[in-house]
Amino acid sequence: MNGSIANEIPVKEKEVGMASHNRPGLARRLARRVRSLAFLALLLALWQYASTSLLDETTRTLLPPPTQVLRAAWELIASGDLFRHTIDSLRREFMAFVFALVAVPLGIAISWWKLVEEQLDPVMELLRPIPPLAWIPLSILWFGIGDTQNEFIIFLGIFFPILLNTIAGVKGVETNLIRAARCLGATEWKVLRRVVFRAALPQIMTGVRIGLGVGWMALVAAELVGATSGLGFLINDARTVLRTDYIIVGMATIGLVGLLIDTLLRQLMQVVLPWSKAHSR
Amino acid sequence: MSTVNVSNVRKIYPGHAPQDEPVLALDDISFEVGHHEFCSILGHSGCGKTTLLNLLAGFEKPTRGAMTVDGEPVGDPCWQRTVVFQDYALFPWMTVAQNIGFGLEMRKVSRERQKAIVDRNIELVGLTGFEHRYPHQLSGGMKQRVSIARALAVDPNVLLMDEPFAALDAQNRAMMQREMGRILASSEPEHRKTMVLVTHSIEEAILLSDRIIVLTRRPGRVKADIEVDLPRPRCEDDPGFQSLKARLRDLIHDEFAVEH
Repeated sequence: MNGSIANEIPVKEKEVGMASHNRPGLARRLARRVRSLAFLALLLALWQYASTSLLDETTRTLLPPPTQVLRAAWELIASGDLFRHTIDSLRREFMAFVFALVAVPLGIAISWWKLVEEQLDPVMELLRPIPPLAWIPLSILWFGIGDTQNEFIIFLGIFFPILLNTIAGVKGVETNLIRAARCLGATEWKVLRRVVFRAALPQIMTGVRIGLGVGWMALVAAELVGATSGLGFLINDARTVLRTDYIIVGMATIGLVGLLIDTLLRQLMQVVLPWSKAHSR
Repeated sequence: MSTVNVSNVRKIYPGHAPQDEPVLALDDISFEVGHHEFCSILGHSGCGKTTLLNLLAGFEKPTRGAMTVDGEPVGDPCWQRTVVFQDYALFPWMTVAQNIGFGLEMRKVSRERQKAIVDRNIELVGLTGFEHRYPHQLSGGMKQRVSIARALAVDPNVLLMDEPFAALDAQNRAMMQREMGRILASSEPEHRKTMVLVTHSIEEAILLSDRIIVLTRRPGRVKADIEVDLPRPRCEDDPGFQSLKARLRDLIHDEFAVEH
């Protein structure tokens, strides 16, 4: 019996073996990486040249050279300001994310029970097209300036992508997976928790990734007007004192942190969902 | 100990759009499968044989008629009637062992007994050494072995199989049919499950069945109910096999002619 299995070689191993064979050498890959940065380096050099040699004293304030931006970055790091503002922003994003996770059970309920969908769909359709940023004026009046208002705006940014992806994920679960679980004796609750949720998880995680991205954008906007700390506050505050170098450092940090969050999530998906292809998208 | 009894079952699907005609999928289906009997439902694609299996599993309800297993009416899906699906329907986030153990876990079987039963079934389908693989790391034939083991592990009264070997390539299909024949031939009649296999393959039906129900095309009706008493393990070259094959081919071919 085992002999008959021998010719059914698992497909995966074959592919992996071939992939490692075709992998280019370390030096080759490094060279390619360096080469891909050439244009970026050229742009930076042009920027440096333009702001030191072409611009005069006054206009240079509006576009400080990269070297000055680096100096400003060091100042902000050394004083601990950059770290403090980043932590404040991250904390708001995280708190909002925790609240927004309610979108997962809600999304499952909407796609599982007709009645829930029928009742909640109009509400969602009405609220969804309103951009989170449009809530800023009203939310400042409701919550004042500070964490709660910021978190509310971020929450709106994260909530809908998770909700919509959960709904799509659950509706896309193969009927036969649910049927298989049922005929193996799973109760409705077990079917939902052990099969429907798990099968929709790759799509839910995609929703989380999109949501955290949208939330991060909404966060910066919310902090521009409604906060006394955070990266959005940092760049807006620097504007009032004309520290363009601080503004650019703040912008770069916002971009880097956004990228970092997304990269970490992708890594997490690879670990948690080894069977899914969603993390490679 | 299971008899499956189907009497005067009819299934009508409403049309997709309101102006569509309702579709009569099955009409006046009656047959009986005895204890430990292996019964094949043979017919063209689209004759409603999968619908019949879905009704037996409890996934759908008949429009009219009655179905019983051991005298009890067929209700919601339950572990006494497990299903082997054409597309395997394995849980991709579970390993081979976890897939096979799922039903036992649902039945709240103790961990030690779960492990013993899972191991025994893994051995039965010849997957020892692959316990910790995920489905995407297995070939089609191996996936279907897992699916069969998963359905057998809960010790159902009736095993329902929906074209289980149709998605496999010709070589693997032939091998799996032989394997199935081997499992059937080696087990004592009183240890066998009552099995219902849906298939469009005449050879597969003869190879495995004690009884073959031939369905007509759209709507599905019982065209013939044939008992197969060829000795096991069965061989395609056997004259009895050949004559039954010719007879079934005529029955099926008739159906094709009627349609065109």
